[in-house]
Amino acid sequence: MQNTKKPFLEMKNITKCFGEVVANHGVNLDVYPGEVLAILGENGCGKTTLMNMLSGIYFPDEGHILVDGKEVVIRDPKDAFDLKIGMIHQHFKLVDIFTAAENIDLGIKGSSLKTVNARVREIADRYGFNIDPEKKVYDMSVSEKQTVEIIKVLYRGADILILDEPTAVLTLQEIRKLFAILRSMVADGKSVIIITHKLNEVLEVSDRVAIMRKGEHIATVNTSEATENMLTEMMVGKKISLNIDRSEPLDPQPRLEITGLEALNPEGIPVLKNVSFTVNGGEILGIAGIAGSGQKELLEAIAGLQPLTSGSIVFHNPKKNKPVTFYHKSFKRVCELAAAGAFHDPSGKPVSFSGLSKAQIMQLVKEGQVLFNEDEAMNLRDKTPLEIRELGVRLSFVPEDRLGMGLVGSMGITDNMMLRSYRKGHSFFVDRKKPQELGKRIIEELEVVTPGVRTPVRRLSGGNVQKVLVGREISSSPKVLMAAYPVRGLDINSSYTIYNLLNKQKQNGAAVVFVGEDLDVLMALCDRIVVMNSGTITGIVDARTVQKEELGALMTKTYPTDTAKEAE
Amino acid sequence: MIHLAKRDKIHPAAAWGIRIAAFVLGLLVCGLLAFLMIDKLRNNPAKISDFYLSFINGISSSNAANIWMNRKFWVFLKNLALLLCVALALTPAFRMRFWNIGGEGQTLIGVLAAIAVSFYMGGKGKTALNPEWVIIPLMLVAAVIAGALWALIPALFKSKWNTNETLFTLMMNYIAIELVSYFLIVWVPNGSSALGELPYGHMPDLVVYPEKAVAPANKYLLIVLIVLVVSVLLFVYLSRSKHGYEISVVGESERTARYIGINVKKVTIRTMILSGALCGLAGFLIAACLDHSVNTDSVGGQGFTAIMVSWLANFNPLVMIFTSGIIVFLNQGASQISTTFNVSGAFPSVVIGVMLFFIIGSEFFIRYKLCRSRDEGKEKVK
Repeated sequence: MQNTKKPFLEMKNITKCFGEVVANHGVNLDVYPGEVLAILGENGCGKTTLMNMLSGIYFPDEGHILVDGKEVVIRDPKDAFDLKIGMIHQHFKLVDIFTAAENIDLGIKGSSLKTVNARVREIADRYGFNIDPEKKVYDMSVSEKQTVEIIKVLYRGADILILDEPTAVLTLQEIRKLFAILRSMVADGKSVIIITHKLNEVLEVSDRVAIMRKGEHIATVNTSEATENMLTEMMVGKKISLNIDRSEPLDPQPRLEITGLEALNPEGIPVLKNVSFTVNGGEILGIAGIAGSGQKELLEAIAGLQPLTSGSIVFHNPKKNKPVTFYHKSFKRVCELAAAGAFHDPSGKPVSFSGLSKAQIMQLVKEGQVLFNEDEAMNLRDKTPLEIRELGVRLSFVPEDRLGMGLVGSMGITDNMMLRSYRKGHSFFVDRKKPQELGKRIIEELEVVTPGVRTPVRRLSGGNVQKVLVGREISSSPKVLMAAYPVRGLDINSSYTIYNLLNKQKQNGAAVVFVGEDLDVLMALCDRIVVMNSGTITGIVDARTVQKEELGALMTKTYPTDTAKEAE
Repeated sequence: MIHLAKRDKIHPAAAWGIRIAAFVLGLLVCGLLAFLMIDKLRNNPAKISDFYLSFINGISSSNAANIWMNRKFWVFLKNLALLLCVALALTPAFRMRFWNIGGEGQTLIGVLAAIAVSFYMGGKGKTALNPEWVIIPLMLVAAVIAGALWALIPALFKSKWNTNETLFTLMMNYIAIELVSYFLIVWVPNGSSALGELPYGHMPDLVVYPEKAVAPANKYLLIVLIVLVVSVLLFVYLSRSKHGYEISVVGESERTARYIGINVKKVTIRTMILSGALCGLAGFLIAACLDHSVNTDSVGGQGFTAIMVSWLANFNPLVMIFTSGIIVFLNQGASQISTTFNVSGAFPSVVIGVMLFFIIGSEFFIRYKLCRSRDEGKEKVK
C-alpha cells in the first residue's frame, strides 16, 4: 500500500567505518509518510550508527541520503532539523535545572516563554501527551523526560521522528501510552522510525520492519506478514529456539533467609525498606522491578558490599554429615567449631582437636575424618566479601557493572580468573598456572571469542565479557549465585547461553537469584519472582502462573488507580 | 579536511619508529633554535656538528681508554641510578593510581634523617663516637623510616577522609624543604646555613680500577648495583606477587577491589609505605654515598623528573632504566652545550624542554592517527 506513495526519505548504499570496524555496509532504507518503521537488530549491529547519520551526528563514508527525492548532505543536527528530521536519543540530552519549556526552546531564538508554553501545550493536546511545561527536569520521571525529548523534536517541526530504544527505560503501562502517542502522530501524517531489539514491540507498533545484522541491511518486510520466528532468524542469521527449558526445582530447601533488610544510600535516603524473602537451593528466584528500585542494593547487601541499618541474612549451608573442608584461611574457624563440638568422625564420635598440632588437624580434615553434626547457619550481615569467603560460603555474584566491578578491563582473562582465587596458598607470589587453565577451559566451554588469554577483556564484545564473568563465578560451584541483568546488551545467542548456565546451576542445587528487566524472560526462566518498587517488596509470585499485567501492576504498585485502568 | 582517529592497535615496530622519528625531529628543532639563539653558531654554521657532538660528549669524554674508565660515563650512570631509584619508588603508588608527586620531599626527608644520624652519632671531633658499621645501617634505617612516614601521612588522610593525594603529597615537599632549612640553622650556628661534608657515615667504595683517574667508577659502582637490584626486585614484586596484583586491581577499579574483598585502605597504606621507603633509600644513597651533607637542593628536582620517567615507561620498572637513561642523557648533553658554546644556563633548559615535548608528544601519535576525510569537495547543501 505504501509503495504507491513516494518515499519521504531514502538512504542509498550507506557505508560507515570506525577505524577497522565496519559499522554499516551498503545499507538501503526508505521511509514513507504516515508509517512506523521499526529497525530491528541485535546490539552492535549498526542500528544507532545508521540513524545517527540521519540526525547529523555522524557523516557517512559512502552513499547518498535523499529527502523528497532530492539528495541532501546532513553535516550537523541543525541540518537534520532543517530537513525536518529529529532524533530522540537513548540517553536523554536535557538540562536538569531547566523547565520542560526552557529545554524545548533551547537553541531557538525569539519566542517568549509564554508563547513557548502555549505551543508546548498545543502539541501535547494534539497527540495526547501529559506534560507540565513549567516542571523542572530534575523533578521528572524517566517517562516524563522522554516526553520532553519528543515534544522538543516536534516543536522544531520534525516530520520524521527517530526514537532510539525508547522502551528500554519504561514500564509496561508507559510503553502502551507511548505506542498510542506514536500511532496518533502517524495518523497526523508524520513518520516514525523506532530502533529496537525487542520482537514483541516490533510486532505491536510498526507497519514495516527493517532487519539489520552485523552492519548490513538484511530485508524490509511488512509487519503484518512477519512472525516472531521469521524475524529472529533474519536477525540472528540462523534458526534458534526461543524456548527456555525450565525444570521443576529438586528438593528446594531454604538457602538464604533474608529478613527485614533496611539500608540507606550515601545521601541518607532509604533504598531498602523491610525487605524479607527466602531463596531456596535448586530454584531460580527472579527479581523484577523498574530500574533503581533497590535491586542493586539488595544484591550488594547480600554480597557484603552495602552496609545495612537493620535486618539479617542467614545462610544455610547443607553440611550435615559432610566432611569439613578448608577455604582460604578458615583454619581458625574450624578450630573454633571443633571446640564448640560441631564435628563428629566417620564412626559418629565427637571430634576434639585438643592436643593435636596444626599439621595433624590439617591431615585429619584432608582425609575427610571430620564431619559436620548439623547444617551450618550463619548470619552474613556486616561481613565483608572476604569474611564471607573465609566462612566457607560459596557465594557468587555477577554484578550489573561487568567491567567496572566484576572484571578488570585492562587485564587479560587469566588475571581476571585470579580475582577470586589469587589469595590461595601461603606463597608470597601469585600462581598464574591454574587461573590460566581455568581461563582456557572457559574459553573452550563457553565459546568465548578472544585472541588469547592475555588480551584485555575490555577489548572483547559484551557477550564474551559476560561469558568470562559468569564462567568465573560458576567455576567455584557456588551455593548461591546472584546475577544482576546478566543478559543486558547481549545478542540472542549469548543470552541463551547465559540462561542455560543459570539453569545448570539450579539443577546442581545452587540458589540462583536473577535480576532481570525483560518480563517475558523472567516468567520463562524463574520459579518464583520477587517484585520490588522503591526499595520495598510489593509481591512474591509464582512465575509459572503469573500474568504479565499482574507483574506490571506490582512493579508500579504505588499508583494503583493508573494500573487498574490499564489492566482493563 | 583532516581529522584525528583512534588507532585500534599499532605494531610495536611502528610505535618505536614514531618515537625515534620524534626524537630526531626534536633534535633538529633544537639545532634550529640553537642556530637562532647562539651567536657563535650563526656566525659559523659549520659548528652545528659541535652542537650535536655535545650530547655524546656529555656522557663520555674522549680521553679515556674505554668507556668503563670514562669519568663522565660513570657520572651518567650515577645520575641515571639516582633518578631511577626515585622513579622506582613512585611507581607502586602510580600503579595504584595514587598520584604521589611527593617524591622530592620523601627523598629529601630521607637525606635529612640519614645526615641527622651521622651528625649526632658521629660526633663533630676527630674521633668518632660510634664506628661506621653502626652509623651506616642506622642511617639507612632512619632514611627509610622517614621517607615512609612522609608518604604514610597523605595515605592515611586519603584512606580516612579521601583527601586529594596530589595536593597533599605536593605540600609535604615544602614541609620537608623547610625542615631541612630549620636543621641547617640549628646545626650550622655560624649563620651560613651550609653544612660541610660530614666525616662519618661514608659508604665504602667498591674498588675495581686502582687508577686514580677512574675514582668515580669505584665511588659510584655501589649505587648503580643497588638500584639495579631494586629495579629487578620491584619488577618481580609488581608483576608476580600477590601484593603487586592487588595494587593493579585497586588502581584499575576500586569497586572491583571491594567486590572481591581487597581491603583498599590497607593496600593504599601498605603501598605508600613502600613508595616512601624507597624514596628514603634514594635519600640514603645521596647522603651516605655522595654528598655526606644536606641542603634544600640535595635532591635537585629529581623527585619531579622521576614522575616523568615512571610515566614514560608506562610504570614498568625495567623500561624505566631506559627512560631515565634518556632523560639523564639529555640533561648532561644540554649542560655540555652550555660549556661548549659558553651560553647561559637557560639554554640547556630550552633544549630539554623541546626534547621532552617531542618525546611525550610522540605518544599521542602512537595512540591516534591523522586521517584525511573522503568527503572533500562536497558542498554543504542548505
